Amino acid sequence: MKTVGVLLLFLGLKAGGNSFMAWGMKHVPERVSMNPVLYIHAMANPFVALGIFALALSLLTRMALFSLADLSFVLPVTAIGYVFAVLIGKLFLAESVSGQRWMGTLLIFLGAVLVGTTRRNTTGSGDTAE
Amino acid sequence: MRWLLVAVIVFATVMADLLQSFEMKRAGEQSVSAKGFARLLQTIAERKLLFLGVMCNAVSFFGFMALVQREPLSFAVPASSASFVLETLLAKFVLHEEISVRRAAGTAIVLVGVVLVGG
Repeated sequence: MKTVGVLLLFLGLKAGGNSFMAWGMKHVPERVSMNPVLYIHAMANPFVALGIFALALSLLTRMALFSLADLSFVLPVTAIGYVFAVLIGKLFLAESVSGQRWMGTLLIFLGAVLVGTTRRNTTGSGDTAE
Repeated sequence: MRWLLVAVIVFATVMADLLQSFEMKRAGEQSVSAKGFARLLQTIAERKLLFLGVMCNAVSFFGFMALVQREPLSFAVPASSASFVLETLLAKFVLHEEISVRRAAGTAIVLVGVVLVGG
């Protein structure tokens, strides 16, 4: 159960962080590329800053998840995050989502659920429950 | 430019995940309370490979920031997930994880989904 809780926290932080950052970056006038000063300017945008904070916490949460489950388990189950990204892109950022993308989103969800039923940790200590 | 950014993001992501998975299994079970986060930060400071993994995350992150400014989130997120296959193979052969038929099938379904979402 601990693994599921940590997974849900990670997905929430990641989806929230990505959305704030995408929203903020679309309102930053300069294009960021190789110039680090432009990144610092972008971070002055409060949405970008909030996005970075949430993404930093999501990084730590994902590391905790790695301590509990295999990399080959974490990758597909956290792909549920792409489903959230498509939904948020559609609902809050007014991005267009084609039928093909909806089909892909459904497959990601089904595949992640299937992997979610496998043994979480096959190499070491941690949460080994089915 | 967008595919160069995707390539940088993928390479950095693969390195970050391999190093972090390897080190976190060795560090033992972690929690996500405020105290747990503090302990995680301390663990990063103490383990060089873990720190390197976090640096790779930073490269991947800045690449991603540049990508989302140019492309919609619904392209940027799935395109940067091309690391998926590579990481699963390395999980088996480098980290010696056991990839059952069910896990492999689920992973393949997710991958098809990711390609459809990105296409």
